[in-house]
Parts: sequence; C-alpha cells; structure tokens
Amino acid sequence: MEKMGKSVSEIVAELGSEKGSLLAILLAVQDASPENYVSEAAVNEIAALMNISRSMVYSTASFYSEISLQARGRHIVRLCINAPCEDAGKAEIQKALEKELGIKLGETSADKLFSLEGVSCLGVCNMSPAMKVDDKVFGDVTPASAVRVIREIREAAKQ
Amino acid sequence: MLKNVDVVINGETFNVPDNITIMEAARRNGIKIPSLCHFPDQRVKANCRVCVVEVEGSRNLVASCSTPVREGMKVRTTSARVRETVQTILELIFANHPQECLTCIRNENCELRQLAAEHGIREIKADMSTPLLPLDTSTAAIVRDPNKCIKCGRCAEVCHHVQTTGILYSHNRGLEGAITPEYGKTLSEVACVLCGQCVLVCPTGAIHEKDDTAQVWAALENPEKHVVVQVAPSVRVSIAEEMGQAPGTIATGKLVTALRRLGFDKVFDTDFTADLTILEEGNELLHRLKTGGTLPMITSCSPGWIKFIEHNYPEQLANLSSCKSPQQMFGALAKTFYAKQSGIDAKDITVVSIMPCTAKKYECTRPEMQSSGYQDVDYVLTTREFGRMLRQAGVNFSVLADSEFDNPLGMSTGAGAIFGATGGVMEAALRTVYEVVTGKELQKLEFESVRGLEGVKEAIVDLDGLPVKVAVAHGLGNARKIMEKIKDGTADYTFVEVMACPGGCIGGGGQPYLTRKETRMARMDAIYEVDEHMPLRKSHENPAVQQLYKDFLKEPLGEMSHHLLHTRYTKRGL
Repeated sequence: MEKMGKSVSEIVAELGSEKGSLLAILLAVQDASPENYVSEAAVNEIAALMNISRSMVYSTASFYSEISLQARGRHIVRLCINAPCEDAGKAEIQKALEKELGIKLGETSADKLFSLEGVSCLGVCNMSPAMKVDDKVFGDVTPASAVRVIREIREAAKQ
Repeated sequence: MLKNVDVVINGETFNVPDNITIMEAARRNGIKIPSLCHFPDQRVKANCRVCVVEVEGSRNLVASCSTPVREGMKVRTTSARVRETVQTILELIFANHPQECLTCIRNENCELRQLAAEHGIREIKADMSTPLLPLDTSTAAIVRDPNKCIKCGRCAEVCHHVQTTGILYSHNRGLEGAITPEYGKTLSEVACVLCGQCVLVCPTGAIHEKDDTAQVWAALENPEKHVVVQVAPSVRVSIAEEMGQAPGTIATGKLVTALRRLGFDKVFDTDFTADLTILEEGNELLHRLKTGGTLPMITSCSPGWIKFIEHNYPEQLANLSSCKSPQQMFGALAKTFYAKQSGIDAKDITVVSIMPCTAKKYECTRPEMQSSGYQDVDYVLTTREFGRMLRQAGVNFSVLADSEFDNPLGMSTGAGAIFGATGGVMEAALRTVYEVVTGKELQKLEFESVRGLEGVKEAIVDLDGLPVKVAVAHGLGNARKIMEKIKDGTADYTFVEVMACPGGCIGGGGQPYLTRKETRMARMDAIYEVDEHMPLRKSHENPAVQQLYKDFLKEPLGEMSHHLLHTRYTKRGL
C-alpha cells in the first residue's frame, strides 16, 4: 500500500523500461491504483514509456490472473473454489462472505473496499478451506473467522 | 563456423548444414513436414505442434520447426506415433473451428483444410465449439473472423516485428485466448494501417480482404454504367501466379485481355498516372528545393504508409508529398478529363482498380478523395479478388492472347511500371528530375543503388554536380527507422521513398497467398524486366501525359493539378 499514488512514469523510471520489467511494472501500477487495477490509460502510458505496443502490454496484463484490467475494491478477497476446499466447507464461507460484503463472487462492494474472487487453489490444501486476502493466506477458515477478517480490515480502513 | 552434418530422416541419410532445423533439412530433401504457425521469413514460434517428429533418444516428440539438426540424428516423420499425434492435433484444432469450409473465402487455399486433406482427417471426433464471436467488419479493407483463428500468431509476428504497427497480439489465456487488438477492439478503433500483411500470412479465413467482387459484377451488369478499370504496376507480375503460373511470370497482355473478357468497357493502366505522379512529384521536389520547403520530401503513393505516418508521426506530415497516389490521380482524371473527352457523364462512370493492396480499398473511401464531385475510385479489388472473378468467369488465363491497354489512360513508360517494386518510385523520379535539372540526357537509366530487398537503402545521386541524398524504405519497420532519424534531425536526406509492404507493391497485402522473400524477388525481377522492354522508360517522355498537360492540366503543380492530383493529410495519433 505504500506504493499507492505513485504515477506510472515514476514506476517505469524505477523499474526500468526493458521488456523484462513489464510484469513487475504492471503489478506496481496495479498496487498504486486506488481501484486496484491497471486502467486502459495506464496500459497506453506503459506502452509509450516502454516503447512497445499497447497490445503487447495488454497481452501480458490479460494473461496473468494476478493482474486485473477492471476496477476492483481496495482489498481482494480470494476464496479457493477447488475440490479440497469445496469438500471442507467452502460453500458456507462463501455464503458468509457474500452476506457480510453484500456482493456475490466476482463483484466489488459498494464502498469499493472489497472485491470477492474465486481462485483455483492457493497451494495450502492441508489447511482447507482457505482464502487469501491481499497478500495474506488464511487456512482452516470458518464462516465466523472469515467475517472477522473482513471486519478488521473495515475497522482499520476507518482509522 | 558453418559445417555439414549427416542426419537420417526416415531411414535415408542426408548431408545438411548444421545451422538449420529438422523441418528445413527435410524440406530441402523433398520431405514436407506439416506446419501451421511456422512461416518462411518469420521467427520460430513452435506453438501449433503439427510439425512434431520422432527423434531417436528423445522421450517426447519434438517440434521440427524449432529443433536444430545435429550429427547422427535419427528422425522419423511418418511413424505411427507421429501420424496419430498430428491427426489428433489437427482434430483438436478442428474441434472448435467452424465447419464452413465449403463457403469459406479461403476454401481454395486454406492451409488448415489442406493439412486435413493430407493427413486423412475423416471425422472430427470432439466438439469443443464455443459461441460464435462477431466478425470485425469495421474497416473498408479487412475483415477479421475470430472464429476461424487458430492462434498460430503469424499475423502478430508480421504486425509487430515486420511492420511495427503493433496491432494484433495474443491476449487472455485458455478458452478466452484470442489474437486481437488490445481490449478486443475493432481494427477501426486502433492505429491499424490496413496494409494486409497479416492477411498475406494467415493460414485460414480468420483475416481476409473485404471482398468487393459482387459489387463489381453488379456494376459490369448494369447497362447504365460505363465501367473502366485501372491496373496497378505490380499486378502484371502477380496475376499469372494467382492463376497458377510461376511467381514472376509477366502477363501484361493477358491481363488486358482477361479484363475485357470480364466486360470492362475500358481497360486503363495505373502506370499512366504513375508517370503523371512523377511529373507532379518531381516538380514538387524541385519547388521545395528552390523555395526552401520542408525536406526531406517523402513519397505518398502507399496508403498503408500514409495511414502509418498519420497515426505514428503526425508532426511530420509536412514532409509528405502532397501528391495523391497514382490510383487516386487516375480516379480523379477518369471522372473529369476522361468523362469530358468521352462525352460520358461522370455520374455514369464506375472506376474499378485492380490493386496489390488492401489499404487501397480504404484509400478510395477517404473523404478527401472526391475531387471529381463523386467518389473518384468506386471499387478496389486485390489481385486475389481479381483472380476469383477470373475463375468464376471460367477464364483460362494462361492461354489468353495478349492485347493492348486502351488509350489515352493506358499509355505508360517503364518508369511507371517500376512503381511496383521498392525503390521504383525513387528511380522513376530520379530519371525525370535528372533530365529536368541538368537539361542533359541520362546515360544510364538504372539506379542500382535504390534497387533490391535491403530494408533501408541510401544513395547519393549526382545531379550534374549537385549531390542529392536519397533513402528508400520498404516495410513499416524500416520506415520507422527513417522517421526516427528525420524526427530527431539526424537525417540529411533530400528525398525519401517509403512503401508500407516488404518489397513494395509486389509484396503487397493484396497479392497471392504464400508471398515470401523468394516470390517477392521473382516478382521484382519481373517488374524490372517489364521496364527494360518498354520503348519509353522516362515518365516525362510519356506522350499521353504530355498531351494531358497540353489539353487539360496545363502545367505540373498548376491550378487544375492542385485541385485534382494533390491532397491533404490528417493528424490521427494513436
């Protein structure tokens, strides 16, 4: 979050305009965006600064699920939707999260604070059901603990 | 250091250079390995996998397009395992390919259909068809059918690495994977220049010219219409190839006969207005030199190039010659001068062009191309569409007798003909400018330094003591190199020729499929042969052009010329 507000040109200057920097630049631009995504204006600006085509920038951005090309909430809640988590009670957690956030999977909350996404495996099947909020993975999640995580972030955002 | 190695392919030993791939080694020895993503002159992509072969000692099949040969390598291209794998790959491609082969625009020459035939595909076992996506018909020149795209990436390669237009590229992943402009935009929403080089390399019907043959048939059938046709220089060295003859076959006379058979009322020659272009453009250059106008002056015949500079270097538009392209000069004259001379009302004249080019379809629809009060050129057909009309009309092209173009708009010189090859406009201009500037007769007409397929050619031409530095670029990647120099002020050129397509018009986006370096060279040699055999080889010696000035235009760069033959450009940006 400390990167919030950085301009695209600052990010490119910092990470370098060689082709190999593109993925890092896209992630940094997304982090710096209040809406947690890479906008079309940003795609165009990155292309101009790196002297590559817009469609090349878009290609990389659209390939990786870590990068969003649509405006999202400040915090990304990723719920694992694969079999082990499904088995371990993912449906109940999804219901609780959807109720708490007032949105369905794939949507962004009205206050733009959260986006709820389904994700295919977080690599922690040993503690399913699992979810990931921004960079932090939570295992053995219960409906109550999932809601608690959301509320804590909401409280912190109010400060 | 280059050395040779022995490789065994299907039990036969071949001695081949060690710097080539298995596919190339096989090809040189008469063995075709199927390929879809691989295309001559392009970098290796190795994504389609239909070129897999068995290599002894290797657990997996290997892609022959990307695997170099090595000493003692034992390869099998026809083992059961290879055959079954290739069939499976083809079946998987077909499983989400529209089963419209019968009505597809590429049904005569689709590489995927061809491979299905060669590999005995008799059944499509799986159905993985996805909902049909809309066609992109947003431009006047090119249609994109995403449903037929097999994602081989040839178009993206040419669009990015040859043309540097950077429009088509692979996006998303998995089932959503697509080769499109960013955000799935249409070609009219991005800085596509409609050069059609993507069309030329597409193996299927996923991207093709907008077919205008029906409109031309309708005009020919309409008794109210007097339909005249003009033929671009390069088509005379490519139409025979389109009709099945060897690349580089010259067919000027047959071409004229064929057009008459289709029912055109007059068969004229774009070479005539190519000569006229030299008179206007040559004088424009001299005028700029005398009056301190913007230099270098850059040629403006290639509509893909014009759209490229409008999008990518809008601040450099003053460098462009204000001359219209020969196609558009022809259209403007056909509906003014020729209308008057023949006593036919311009509104009843339909002008059709046969062009090596997809961008010409767009050019004729530009709003400024209506100097006659009507759209100056009504329809543009590519060499391929012309071929389709001839096949539909049952014309057995190779046995046609020769005939001559109609006059006066069919009279031309060798200088007009060489417009079809990169460096040709420059050479034609130099032949005329030299004689105008020096008042002396040019002893050697051939300017070898501006000929050939080198990306950027530079030369210093001695105009009787006055050295003039010129440059020639073909392919937009090469044009970009020159433009960067002009932009940063390091270019000291006086005159620059740019053609959007590699090789110039002989390699245009409307030319026969499978255009590659060797076909470009064959067509180029043919164009210079056409020039060599013309009785007149300097544009200013064209008697019909001289007469046109006397009777109608009065003088180069005069008021009439300004109105009919010159144009303006639009700053477009990206």
